[in-house]
Amino acid sequence: MKETPLSNCERRFLLRAIEEKKRLDGRQTYDYRNIRISFGTDYGCCIVELGKTRVLGQVSCELVAPKLNRATEGILFFNLELSQMAAPAFEPGRQSDLLVKLNRLLERCLRNSKCIDTESLCVVAGEKVWQIRVDLHLLNHDGNIIDAASVAAIVALCHFRRPDVSVQGDEVTLYTPEERDPVPLSIHHMPICVSFAFFQQGTYLLVDPNEREERVMDGLLVIAMNKHREICTIQSSGGIMLLKDQVLRCSKIAGVKVAEITELIQKALENDQKVRKEGGKFGFAESIANQRITAFKMEKASIDTSDVEEKAEEIIAEAEPPSEVVSKPVLWTPGTAQIGEGVENSWGDLEDSEKEDDDEGGSDEAIILDSIKMDTGIEVSDIGSQDAPIILSDSEEEEMIILEPDKNPKKIRTQTISVKQEKAPNKKPVKRRKKKRAAN
Amino acid sequence: MAGLELLSDQGYRVDGRRAGELRKIQARMGVFAQADGSAYIEQGNTKALAVVYGPHEIRGSRARALPDRALVNCQYSSATFSTGERKRRPHGDRKSCEMGLQLRQTFEAAILTQLHPRSQIDIYVQVLQADGGTYAACVNAATLAVLDAGIPMRDFVCACSAGFVDGTALADLSHVEEAAGGPQLALALLPASGQIALLEMDARLHEDHLEQVLEAAAQAAQDVHILLDRVVRQHVREASILLGD
Repeated sequence: MKETPLSNCERRFLLRAIEEKKRLDGRQTYDYRNIRISFGTDYGCCIVELGKTRVLGQVSCELVAPKLNRATEGILFFNLELSQMAAPAFEPGRQSDLLVKLNRLLERCLRNSKCIDTESLCVVAGEKVWQIRVDLHLLNHDGNIIDAASVAAIVALCHFRRPDVSVQGDEVTLYTPEERDPVPLSIHHMPICVSFAFFQQGTYLLVDPNEREERVMDGLLVIAMNKHREICTIQSSGGIMLLKDQVLRCSKIAGVKVAEITELIQKALENDQKVRKEGGKFGFAESIANQRITAFKMEKASIDTSDVEEKAEEIIAEAEPPSEVVSKPVLWTPGTAQIGEGVENSWGDLEDSEKEDDDEGGSDEAIILDSIKMDTGIEVSDIGSQDAPIILSDSEEEEMIILEPDKNPKKIRTQTISVKQEKAPNKKPVKRRKKKRAAN
Repeated sequence: MAGLELLSDQGYRVDGRRAGELRKIQARMGVFAQADGSAYIEQGNTKALAVVYGPHEIRGSRARALPDRALVNCQYSSATFSTGERKRRPHGDRKSCEMGLQLRQTFEAAILTQLHPRSQIDIYVQVLQADGGTYAACVNAATLAVLDAGIPMRDFVCACSAGFVDGTALADLSHVEEAAGGPQLALALLPASGQIALLEMDARLHEDHLEQVLEAAAQAAQDVHILLDRVVRQHVREASILLGD
């Protein structure tokens, strides 16, 4: 199913908010979302939640023959899959670009940086080595897949235990988990990807973009670092033009973030190990909180409404009275008068005029008059309702029907005489908005 | 690592270059008559060929047409005889796809696509011999080919690779230096403004050294620009002589 395109006003809203350093979820520009790591019952299985983005990582191993040109090294294989569970746009045939990009980035980040000691995976040189396979599945897409996936991969690798093997002469003995405890992999360091999203041709940058922010961004810079401040991978994508000092600044920010995330990972691994040793319950079933089928339910926040009335009265009393809008009636010719400034002739853009603009224009005229007694010679347009747009035009038509978006069509007669105008005070702040003119 | 010294005490690399020195670059534009634009570049032993078709109507589904700009389609292909061992590369494999995506990203930023809405520009790059710095050679060849085709660009796109050995940044890595496993950086930039169109780095490099390596790569890319500029001017001069100006 094709992705729903983002509307222009939403795009503009997001960009304006970013210009004012505001994010939709209230984070600061350099803040990460909450990271939650939970482990499964088997070794090597974990789920990482970065905000609402969820990635499942599973590590498995197998004894195979090594590659010909690397006879003494084990094989590492990474695979990230985007299923339609994550987002309806991830159809099997449609996601090749993104998939290639993410997979290559993960491979480069984890394999080329040599975070795992592949020499230790060798059992018999030239004949048998361990092939470690890391499978990552995206369960929910809410932006920043690469960060969540890299954390899931490294956590799963750290958590994994491979079966113990002993070699005696020509004999290779593979012990089952019951005979001998499985052995962890030897991991040198933990590379973690940090994503930076750029907006407005590189003027603004955000760390950890969520899905909406990703849609409006110009480009992405991914920096993978470990806690020793060694950069493992840098990848810029999306066609943004970067400057050297922007890259250097991002690398400094990445260093800070990676240190925090690494600490979190260590704590999670220690926790899990403790729980397993003490014989407590562990696994996914335990990590999902009770009374929740999905994780997207929020409890109603209770609000204390006992003294709302007094507070409201206080506020109203302290507020200034709405300013009196007094306009002088202007008599054009006998029989035609105008009070206030009307909206301009908008016959041309009646189809795409915003009704709200008319509303505002109308409410300018929805004068807060207590009572104005008109002479019968003056005609004033009868305002049917607060929200009816008022268009004073030179048309010959006696009656103009203007359709309300959610009300019945009201007839506005421009020839009526009204005696008294009493309007409820307009509670909305009356703002003058510049209406877009098609040709004026 | 076995006794291959990438940087000797006197500051010479394996092929006798200094740390910041580029390999010899030779380039030729207008290699094919059939294509709209073509170019061939040799950077040391790395040889790349680029061919550009366009801007022309969108092939395939009309739905892919962008209403306000041109679609840039890049394909990268590496010949089976390009590496030391003959290796058959299936056409759609991940590395070629990734290279194609990166080239596309680079050139979408540089080509003035707004001038050709609803059309397509194809860039095909073929590597004939890979001796390190293949991405850089591809970008340089593609720049010349796009210029040969007469497609308007913001600026040249010049690329170069860089590495880091023994505290010194090396520019323009050869295959031997790449295979040694040290950090490698590939950088494509627009020389006039110094803006980076693509930045890619592999293997571990400490953050403190990043600036040094970036600086070396940027300087090398500027040097490449001087050479490419000379090639283009030479080509235009030859063409105008033939036209009898």
